Amino acid sequence: MDSNASSESSPQLRPGATLANRYLIQGAIGVGGMGAVYRARDLHFPNVVKLVAVKEMIIQASDLLVRKTIVRNFEREANLLATLDHRSISRIYDYFSLNERSYLVLEFINGKDLEAILNDSEGPLSEERVIGWAVELCDVLQYLHTHQPEPIIFRDMKPSNVMINTHDHVILIDFGIAKHFQGGQQRGTMIGTEGYSPPEQYRGEATPQADIYAMGATLHHLLTRRDPRLEPPFSFGERPIRKINPLVSPELEEVIVTALQYNPEDRFPTSLAMKEALLVAARKTGLLPRISRSGAATSDENIKPIWSFECGDEIRGSPAFQENIVYVGSYDHNLYALEAATGKFIWKYPTDAGIVSKPVVYENNVFFGSEDHRLHVVLVRNGKVNWTYFTNGPVRSSPHIAEGHIFIGSDDGFLHAVNTVTGRRAWQVEAGAPIRSTPLAGHESVYFGTEDGELFCVLFNGVIKWRFKARRAITSSPVFSQGLVYVGSMDATLYAIDAKTGWVTWRFRLGKASISTPCVMENRIFTGAADGIIYCVEANTAKEVWRFATQHQVTGSPLVYKDSLYCGSVDGYLYCLEHSTGRLRWKFKTQGPITGTPVASDDVVYIGSTDHRLYALMA
Amino acid sequence: MSRITQRLFGRPKAEKSAELTRPLRLATPGVASAPWVRPSEPPQLFAGCAQSIGLQRNHNEDGLFVLTSTLVSNKSAAPFGLYIVADGMGGHRHGEVASGAAVRVMASYVVRRLFTPLVTSNTDAHIEFIQEVMRQGVHDANRVILKEAPGGGTTLTAVLVLGDQLTIAHVGDSRAYTVSAKGELLALTNDHSLVRRLEELGQITAEEAAVHPQRNVLYRALGQGEPFDPDVSTSPVPENGYLLLCSDGLWGVVPEETILRLILSTPTPEQACQGMVDAANSAGGPDNITAILVRMPVQPA
Repeated sequence: MDSNASSESSPQLRPGATLANRYLIQGAIGVGGMGAVYRARDLHFPNVVKLVAVKEMIIQASDLLVRKTIVRNFEREANLLATLDHRSISRIYDYFSLNERSYLVLEFINGKDLEAILNDSEGPLSEERVIGWAVELCDVLQYLHTHQPEPIIFRDMKPSNVMINTHDHVILIDFGIAKHFQGGQQRGTMIGTEGYSPPEQYRGEATPQADIYAMGATLHHLLTRRDPRLEPPFSFGERPIRKINPLVSPELEEVIVTALQYNPEDRFPTSLAMKEALLVAARKTGLLPRISRSGAATSDENIKPIWSFECGDEIRGSPAFQENIVYVGSYDHNLYALEAATGKFIWKYPTDAGIVSKPVVYENNVFFGSEDHRLHVVLVRNGKVNWTYFTNGPVRSSPHIAEGHIFIGSDDGFLHAVNTVTGRRAWQVEAGAPIRSTPLAGHESVYFGTEDGELFCVLFNGVIKWRFKARRAITSSPVFSQGLVYVGSMDATLYAIDAKTGWVTWRFRLGKASISTPCVMENRIFTGAADGIIYCVEANTAKEVWRFATQHQVTGSPLVYKDSLYCGSVDGYLYCLEHSTGRLRWKFKTQGPITGTPVASDDVVYIGSTDHRLYALMA
Repeated sequence: MSRITQRLFGRPKAEKSAELTRPLRLATPGVASAPWVRPSEPPQLFAGCAQSIGLQRNHNEDGLFVLTSTLVSNKSAAPFGLYIVADGMGGHRHGEVASGAAVRVMASYVVRRLFTPLVTSNTDAHIEFIQEVMRQGVHDANRVILKEAPGGGTTLTAVLVLGDQLTIAHVGDSRAYTVSAKGELLALTNDHSLVRRLEELGQITAEEAAVHPQRNVLYRALGQGEPFDPDVSTSPVPENGYLLLCSDGLWGVVPEETILRLILSTPTPEQACQGMVDAANSAGGPDNITAILVRMPVQPA
């Protein structure tokens, strides 16, 4: 997001300027909502280069009395902070007000704050490092909370206020002294750093438990990389740490969950207590083995197929089911018809090349394409050919039937529209590149993707209505829901395109290329990608709902059946997940990569594998 | 062939595809029930709006923008609508400046990035992704507010109607609603208010929320200087229905039944909005009031 803590109020002091006759400004090191922070040299020490941080706060009150009050409050607090002495608190050397601004002169810390560390890193931060920082934070909070005569509540714990110096130690900066400069309460007051603040802080209550909550929030952000300010307040429970980052130990997660309890009395009573809990977790972590990526392992031995059928070669495409018969094409050139209940062979029909296409059954015929360039139409009852249609290239697309026509693409670069009864071509549209995706017929038009990365929308009379271009091939097939067409591309993006106008409404970045056809269910889109992940994305907002990692590419498409999602992976497994949460129910291992899409009916799921077999499993 | 497709298509000794020889051939061979509402050709959006400073304030800190366009040309026929409400806050006129900036910046961003390309129909132009444009517009507005009205803030609710879909970008507690052809009023937005969140969490009831001392506190608004994300979502337009945008000076004061009744029984959107504003003032007018009502294109049955 672009609007990070920087505001547009540009630094007022230029490098080379001297402030209050003492501090030589070297440059701005940060810009906050209230003003800038500068690095400066304290000229009272001419023989050494003593560096300080100068924090500038702009007094935004036009009323003289209000201004005086702000300055007085600021100076009182600065005075208090100047008495603090702890290795994790940056020292305050000086404070003063000048020309409608107030200044705080602090120890200059060489290092980076936790927000910068998080932004500059890509993967998760290590648990050891995070626990190390957390323990130091508990120490400094304990010091503040037991301060005499009055405990000091920090009130502004968040990653950008925690500096890590070059020795990997924690230094707290910014005691929220800037809050004096934020202006009075108005109707509809907005609040600032709220993602990290506990519920009771809105009521103006500040207790040590508030700092403990904020620390839990900070640790949650560090371990999940999810900024709480971008989420509704107090919603940490909706983002369990180990769900997002399974590498975190359950012990550490539990400590943070306690710190984040809604009611203050349910959190740790003191920072010391939290530190103890952290140390216990750290000791245990050394002993626990890593948890596997797929989540809780479900024993595979219990999953046995109802039946399996062996073909002469790989099954790369997807089976089809109709009236108790399962049809599947194999790379051994044959289309098989098997009895769904038993897997018993009924007939097979030979073509002259491999079959990747998914068959479609319509009016007693089975329609499918073969790499022998043809669309084949075969009688259901006996597997004998009815008619065939020639294209000029291998047919790897699957047919789609609508309005009495078969729409099928070919590597010859054309989308063919063929009459189901006469076998005659009604029209063809030149796409300029092989078409391997299954066309989708909607209300008045046909949508299909090409290997050149285009998605076409063609009317039923063959006229092109619009074209959309992605950066790489669109091999997956489009699906339609509520006025939008969803399709994935090898450019690692899932697109949502307005079906009528061809305008892209949103795009969702996947980890790697996708040739998996998305599956739509209620308000959610499910798809897989070459990064091995099965994604669930909310259709209206393009927000990720959950993701599930398999061990290898996901090239087949998911199927949602009843309350489960079934999807195969190149790792050879067919996965069954709960579609609402992505939780693994079971997985079944085949002896080769699965590249096709399952089909389900009457509580049985059918899936082919490159191990030459078609399997029937209990759903 | 890329590794990901190797498993699906062909063998290492894959055959070459045949040359294209056939020439290209083209085809031969397919509310709303009010008496004053009739289908029209071309389909049009019909918008009206109304505003009032209310009875208890002495500044108007609400901003508003309405753009409705109908284009019929050889290239396309589609209605386009952009509707924005912003409710400003902060002393010293910061509220006015903030809401005004929000509305101007959001409107000009969307017009520049979506409306202009649509009208010029320049197919070479890079066509933007709709949700990203809406999101960026809100972030741009936020940046301008931090610069021009530091210490001020505003809500922002913007709805884009393009073809059959509407896309909302929303921050704060102004609201957008739809009215279906059957006459159901449905909120499209969630209030980013603290009490609403506490209510969701079951910490307070709706009744307690209405009188809560912090019922005006927002946890998300423009002008904060903190990272934030607007709510952006797309859904189909309410066919033969309405779209309503309003500030809390309306929804916080006038019951939803009254709002719905006014929408369904007033001939024009402008008059309906005026009726809503009058209703808010009759109830005391504690805040600035803004309403925008848009009738969706009327389709033949």
